[in-house]
Amino acid sequence: MSLLQVESLSIAFGGVKAVDNVSFSVEPGEVFTIVGPNGAGKSTIFNLISRLYEPSGGKILFDGKDITRLPAHEIAALGIARTFQNIELFDHSTVLQNLLIGRHSRRGTRWYEDMLFFPKVRRSEREHRRIVEEVIDFLELAAYRDKLIAGLPYGIRKLVEIARALASEPRLILLDEPASGLSVEETQDMAWSIEDMQKDLGLTVLMVEHDMSLVSRVSNRVLAVAEGKPLAMGTAAEVQADPKVIEAYLGTQEVP
Amino acid sequence: MRILFKNSYDDDINLFEDRRHLLKYAALLVLALLLPWLIGNYYIGELTSVVIWSLAGLGLMLIAGHTGQVSLGHAAFMAIGAFAHLALMIRGWHFVPALLASGLISGVAGALIARPLGRMSGIYLAIATLALSIIIEDIAIVAQPITGGVAGLFAPAIQFFGFQIDRYGTPIAFYYLCLTVLVLVTLCYVNLLRSPTGRSFLAVRDSEVSARALGINVASTKTIAFALSCAITGLAGALYAHLAQAVNYESFLVLISITLLLQVVIGGLGSIHGAFFGAFVVVLLPQSISIFREFINTSTPISLAAYPGMDTAVFALIILLMIIYEPRGLYGLWLRLRTWLELFPLYRKGMFRRTRTYLKTERMR
Repeated sequence: MSLLQVESLSIAFGGVKAVDNVSFSVEPGEVFTIVGPNGAGKSTIFNLISRLYEPSGGKILFDGKDITRLPAHEIAALGIARTFQNIELFDHSTVLQNLLIGRHSRRGTRWYEDMLFFPKVRRSEREHRRIVEEVIDFLELAAYRDKLIAGLPYGIRKLVEIARALASEPRLILLDEPASGLSVEETQDMAWSIEDMQKDLGLTVLMVEHDMSLVSRVSNRVLAVAEGKPLAMGTAAEVQADPKVIEAYLGTQEVP
Repeated sequence: MRILFKNSYDDDINLFEDRRHLLKYAALLVLALLLPWLIGNYYIGELTSVVIWSLAGLGLMLIAGHTGQVSLGHAAFMAIGAFAHLALMIRGWHFVPALLASGLISGVAGALIARPLGRMSGIYLAIATLALSIIIEDIAIVAQPITGGVAGLFAPAIQFFGFQIDRYGTPIAFYYLCLTVLVLVTLCYVNLLRSPTGRSFLAVRDSEVSARALGINVASTKTIAFALSCAITGLAGALYAHLAQAVNYESFLVLISITLLLQVVIGGLGSIHGAFFGAFVVVLLPQSISIFREFINTSTPISLAAYPGMDTAVFALIILLMIIYEPRGLYGLWLRLRTWLELFPLYRKGMFRRTRTYLKTERMR
């Protein structure tokens, strides 16, 4: 059974159909990429899945469970984590604190227990800390553990945001343009990280990305969208060769 | 320069990072306990005032500094705390349960208004809370059976096992009482900040979108933050009632709300230290200015007594300069000074330069 199933999903902002009848399903353990020109509705699909937007039609099923009407804050606990295109980290906190916030959906204590700092709180804090440390090891962020986000280079911030998503122990991770703004070497590292997530952590990855070298290297399947509508689905090479996709990116050959 | 070695996860969880850190705060507590024995009664009163304003500032810091929701209405919660506390004590309650109940009542009031207020942000939230501060002045008159109407309420003496604590009769005991409340509240506050609840406050402050994506219920987090913030401020109001000996509708004007906000901004938004530093400024700076003016008047031929309102103007000027040149407040200044001392002579000028912030999306607000 598919891990994530999106059925004829639609959303309109005023008259603009940002996502129009899009369906796809993501199988467990695969890297599934959505590509498309700017404004195609890729990030909107992400925001619909993480329930930040209210769809005007269609259904989203995660692991067989209908999540179309769940509030946004209940999504993380199900095992869906995400990153943002423009990096939404907590700038005035350290890397460690950011990752610990990533553990929020796994918290087991209530506010009054926290306030009085019962022994139970300490036990669960140790557990959070241990898992965060595993993530730090996994993405090799140990050198930045106690650094403030505000002082970190862009590439590291990207990585920290992924780490924060991983800290919630997700089954599905949504990466919104993980390689945008990265240098060639950093993109290379990002490809390794994504491959590791898939192979070592057994994660399912749903990704939006423009960098086709990264896309063809890590993706099992690619979905191309343009103007909110699905164009083509298949391997990276198949999608790149599809005439409709080429048309969406470059326009038609006829000169008007 | 000192390098801290961490050997276990507990090093990141503990209140104090090492023995030295613990000793520093223990020394500070001892100093706070000894200080009233070394100074006169008038200054004990001022010191008690600093303690109470620190407590009120902590309340506002929780919501404004750590949850990022500006409030210009916290005097209202001081009023609720003060009136609730005195009304209960007049009806025969003992000081301790009355104090706890006043905190609880202001906390519940905070939780009730948090739901509608939580939907607002920025300037709209400021206006809404400002309105709250104005409404409470009228409520204090209208709700006569509880608040004593225009005349207000007088604070009964505090009894502890036959021992009477009074602001004038036993100033040191009253100071210790306020200090005890402050220390306990500060401990709870620090506990919150090192646990998931406190981290969710910071998350809501820095990015509501990613807070939601990480599983934080923004509305209920704001409600908890408002409730706790108002409860702490309510406690401060209750203690203030004993310091002022009497409260009426004029005790908690809008000006108090604004002063409180200034206090946390000057002290340094987003730090517990800031609330304390700010309290020293708002309580002691006007005093220092008038003492300085007296000094100028008596020791130089210049007479400054002829300019009414000058104290307020100087106070405002200092605050203005503070906000322009040190937006991170006194705590930011203190951090810089400490780093300079620790690294001497290696401190570089640009170390605390504000780093460029990357564009954040506002699309999903």
